[in-house]
Amino acid sequence: MAKNAFRKTSIGRKVLMALSGLFLMLFLLQHLTINMLSVISPDMFNEVSHFMGTNPIVQFLLQPILIAAIIFHFVMGIALDIMNNKAREVKYAYNKPSANSTWMSRNMIITGLVILAFLGLHFYDFWIHEITEKYIEGDMSGLNAQGEFRYHEELVEKFVDIWRVIIYCISFVLLALHLQHGFASAFQSVGARTGKNKTALQKFGNIFAFVVPAGFIFIALFHHFTHGAH
Amino acid sequence: MNLTLKIWRQKGPKDQGKMVDYKVSDISEHMSFLEMLDVLNEQLIEKGEEPVAFDHDCREGICGMCSLYINGEAHGPDRGVTTCQLHMRMFNDGDTIYIEPFRAKAFPIIKDLTVDRSAFDRIQHAGGYVSVNTSGNTQDANAIPIPKDDADKAFDAATCIGCGACVASCKNSSAMLYVSAKVSQFALLPQGQIEAKDRVLNMVNQMDLEGFGNCTNTGACEVECPKGISLENIARMNREFLKASIK
Repeated sequence: MAKNAFRKTSIGRKVLMALSGLFLMLFLLQHLTINMLSVISPDMFNEVSHFMGTNPIVQFLLQPILIAAIIFHFVMGIALDIMNNKAREVKYAYNKPSANSTWMSRNMIITGLVILAFLGLHFYDFWIHEITEKYIEGDMSGLNAQGEFRYHEELVEKFVDIWRVIIYCISFVLLALHLQHGFASAFQSVGARTGKNKTALQKFGNIFAFVVPAGFIFIALFHHFTHGAH
Repeated sequence: MNLTLKIWRQKGPKDQGKMVDYKVSDISEHMSFLEMLDVLNEQLIEKGEEPVAFDHDCREGICGMCSLYINGEAHGPDRGVTTCQLHMRMFNDGDTIYIEPFRAKAFPIIKDLTVDRSAFDRIQHAGGYVSVNTSGNTQDANAIPIPKDDADKAFDAATCIGCGACVASCKNSSAMLYVSAKVSQFALLPQGQIEAKDRVLNMVNQMDLEGFGNCTNTGACEVECPKGISLENIARMNREFLKASIK
């Protein structure tokens, strides 16, 4: 029997979706840890930002992998949603999905698209600026006109605008909803969820889905109210 | 009980089909849902109208033949039962009840509420078996020691009656709960090991060919399954598939 390549099978797709999701969750944890430094110690934040922004392994190996994972995750997510919609051509006249599944699990495409839109703004805010500064204008020093590291002040500047803070916070709430299903779901997809660890995985997933976005919300609000509102 | 029924009527596979309203009266709360439909059909026949076509066979919850999407849920609002075991006491006098066929591209409608679930048979044919020599010297299955826990899990998976409620409930019309039960019932037993690799690859391949959607782990299938087939089986199938793909 002619068989599809692994990446074209239904299980292959969900495994790849789960692996890219797990990788992105690890990235979120690392991103949150570094951002927390901006609250604890601006100097430490500057040091780590400069390291991340100039280290060749981070810049030319990890960064491309991260971008590839993001692109893969949303392209595959959208493609799967289109395929899945086609699997039921005539919809039910009366359907009651709330009786058997959570809103989060059924609406990953909605929460995902909001996060994708947020990523557009986020890349515009930070990534494009960094790439322009470093690789187009060729300034790898990470210093401002006064000869000090520019990273912390640039970060704080972004959170002066209340509307940006509101957009960021709403996006993080949607991220929380996405992770609430995504975390345990990823383990199920790779076959790691069993009867024994099922409850623990869901509980840990709930904690992860709350703590990570709440951390980002805290950082945005912290900078807005301590530095921004002057 | 007096009820208003909104039933999907469709003359044949190519017909457009639409929801049609019917009234039934003096329905006993002790009747099963299918008996209530029998009453309706008798009324329709007496009036010279076409009775509503629906699938049914054993009417004791073990054959997997009855289906129906009742008030937005496969096999109706009760848990752990098929439509034939759903009783009218789950409803109230004066209720309006929506009755639709199990909907999925892979389950085309034959007529009214009957759908063609032969896609499930083709998935079974692709690998849902163990090859046994039936020359007359067949070894007694009980001669092979099997851990109780594994035997129980295999038996639980084997209780799947293939009704298709999982597909009907899934927002993606995915058949993974069904296929995973059929993979698991052998994957857990020594008799199933010889053909394990080909079984999972071939069954998943056939499932994909039939046009079922992809599983997104919403868990709706597990909740609506009349036999309580667990999502654990899907995780096991994913493991089996990964193992077979890597080998």
